Formats: sequence, C-alpha cells, structure tokens
Amino acid sequence: MAINGVFSRFKMLDKNEGVNNLSPFTDSHEVHVLAVDDSLVDRKVIERLLKITSCKVTAVESGRRALQILGFDEEKTSVGFDGFKVDLIITDYFMPGMTGYELLKKIKGSSNFREIPVVIMSSENVLARIDRCLEEGAEDFIVKPVKLSDVRRLKSYMFGENRIHTQDREFNKRKIDVSLSPSSDEVMSNQSSPSISPRSFSSSPTSHSPTFLDSHIRRLKTSNHD
Amino acid sequence: MKRALCPVCSGSIDEQFLQLQQLQDESSPNFVSEVVNIYFHESEKLLRNLREDCLVVVDKEFSDYKKMGIHLNQFMGSSSSIGAQRVRNVCVAFRAASEQNNRAGCLRALELLEYEYCYLKNKLHELFQIEQQRILAAGVRYPQQPNNP
Repeated sequence: MAINGVFSRFKMLDKNEGVNNLSPFTDSHEVHVLAVDDSLVDRKVIERLLKITSCKVTAVESGRRALQILGFDEEKTSVGFDGFKVDLIITDYFMPGMTGYELLKKIKGSSNFREIPVVIMSSENVLARIDRCLEEGAEDFIVKPVKLSDVRRLKSYMFGENRIHTQDREFNKRKIDVSLSPSSDEVMSNQSSPSISPRSFSSSPTSHSPTFLDSHIRRLKTSNHD
Repeated sequence: MKRALCPVCSGSIDEQFLQLQQLQDESSPNFVSEVVNIYFHESEKLLRNLREDCLVVVDKEFSDYKKMGIHLNQFMGSSSSIGAQRVRNVCVAFRAASEQNNRAGCLRALELLEYEYCYLKNKLHELFQIEQQRILAAGVRYPQQPNNP
C-alpha cells in the first residue's frame, strides 16, 4: 500500500526513505489471523485471501467459538492456551448469537486481549454502525465483499515494515483517514510508483484532518469502479 | 476474462467473481468451484428457511419477520461474496418488504429470488462446463512427446 506506507512514514519519521521499501511483510513471524464469520462461503473466501497474503489463518464460525479458542474464559489461569497467539481478529458484524460488535466489546474490555486489533466486516455500509465499531476500538471497518486489495492494505499498515505499537497505532489511525485515498486499489496491485503519493496528498482535504468515515466512503466509491 | 463472462452470465454475476478467480492458482486449483458449491449448498438451505418463514408469516396472525431478516442477511452476504449481484439485490428488496411487514411483497420477492437463484445456478454450471471444455481442448492442442509409445 504505497500511499498508506508513504504518508504514515512522512508523518512518523519525517523521512522519505520508506517510499521504496514497501515490500510485503517480510518478518520471520507469520501474521496469525483469527477470522470469525457464520457464513461458510465467507470463511472460505477470507481464509484464501489471508493465505495468499501469507498470513496464518484460523477460521471459526461464531464469536463464542472465537473467545473459546483464544482462551478467553481461562485468562485468569491461562497456562494451556499460551500457544495460541493471534495478531489480528477479523470478524463479521452480523452473526447470530454474539455479533461482531459484541465480540469487539469483549475483546477490548479484557486486559489480556485488548491489545489484539479487531477489524469488522459487514455487507452493509451503515455509518452509524461504522461509528459505533470505531468508537469501541475497532481498527478498521471493511465493507464486504472483501477484496485482495483490502487484505493487503490491512496487512501493510498494521504489520508493515515499521511494526506499530499500540500507542502509535492510535496515532496511525488518525493518519489512515488521509492515507486511505482514491486509486489505492490500483496502487496496491502495482506496488510501485512512489510518485502517486503527492497526488493523493493534495487530493485529500487539508483544512482539517478528515474523518475516517470520509476516507472509508472514498474507498467505497473507488472500489465501485474497480 | 470479463468479456467471456458476460455473454454467459448476463449480468447475474459481477466482478467479485473475477476476484475469486484470481484467488485460484496451483496451490488451490479448485478454489472457485469449491466456494461456488458451498454457496449452492448454503443457498438452498436458506431458500428452504425463507419459504418456511414466508409460510409462518402468511398463515399465522403473529408475524415474525425477524427470522426472515436473519436468513436474508445471510443470503445477501454470501451472494455478494461470490459476486451474485442480482440475487443479492433481490434479497435487499425482500428485506425491505419484510421490514414493512408486507406479506404480499415478501411472497413476490421470494418468487423472484427463487427465479434469480435458479438462473444463476444454471449460468454458473454453464460457465464451469465451458471452462472444463476449454481445459480439455487446451490439453489436446499440445502435441504429445515424440517418444510416446
């Protein structure tokens, strides 16, 4: 994600050396993603998308199962579940039983697990819903159908070259709104052209930092004519 | 690829289907057909559920549209994931009717949904057959090795 990477690096490091170093996640540690979705079709698709971007995937069908597999209830006495470490949780919003939102609240409300970033997926673009999830601490909100470019972007800004710590992530979240600019999908597939960044920077409103919603909608608009 | 798609599927699938095809490779050579088969399986279950939901709603005084909404959300989600745009759109209309407690609207939508799903299924089968034939034809075109007894 050239634009993302470049822009956040400009802000964080004030250098432009990051521009040419936007190779995929090359860390020896493979990113482990827990995918939660009640639809088998969607689980299959998200699993494949994540595997193609070199992530390790565990896909489960419900929030309850997700908490179980994380060892949520055993957090006080957790010895057995030490091995199951997850770098990211990506969950559908609308699920019978526990919704993705409820799962998000549980995760963020737990001292042991709140560090794990949570991304919400939904087949509908409802602003109130997006708002609510972000307020509750979701890292991102993806409108289905999830594309390869969405997963790559996610992986890149979350687990990119400069591994982001929690407090910096807050900082970076604010940056996301400007860096999530049009033509991000095309850039994603080319993974080159550092020259795109100035164009994207100027195209975004500069009078105030745009909200996440603006950029999200922009992304939706561009993905429509993908 | 898209041009080949359109005459067969006549707009009932969209570019998300192309995305699925891009995810298929040597390490996962049957990805698309696997996903599509799962989709058929899930969809037929959902359609059965929706038929029952409609019966409940029409026959009884007490109307429970909530279940219908859940099934429709599921159907909408999986349909959009494989690019079944028209099926998804009918689900949206169906859901609108259920939210307005519009029984007649729900029945009409169900009928339309069954039709669109049937159409989609036929088109996807056609597509897979064409794909199979193409693969076979490609195999025939490549000359055999000279030392083949």
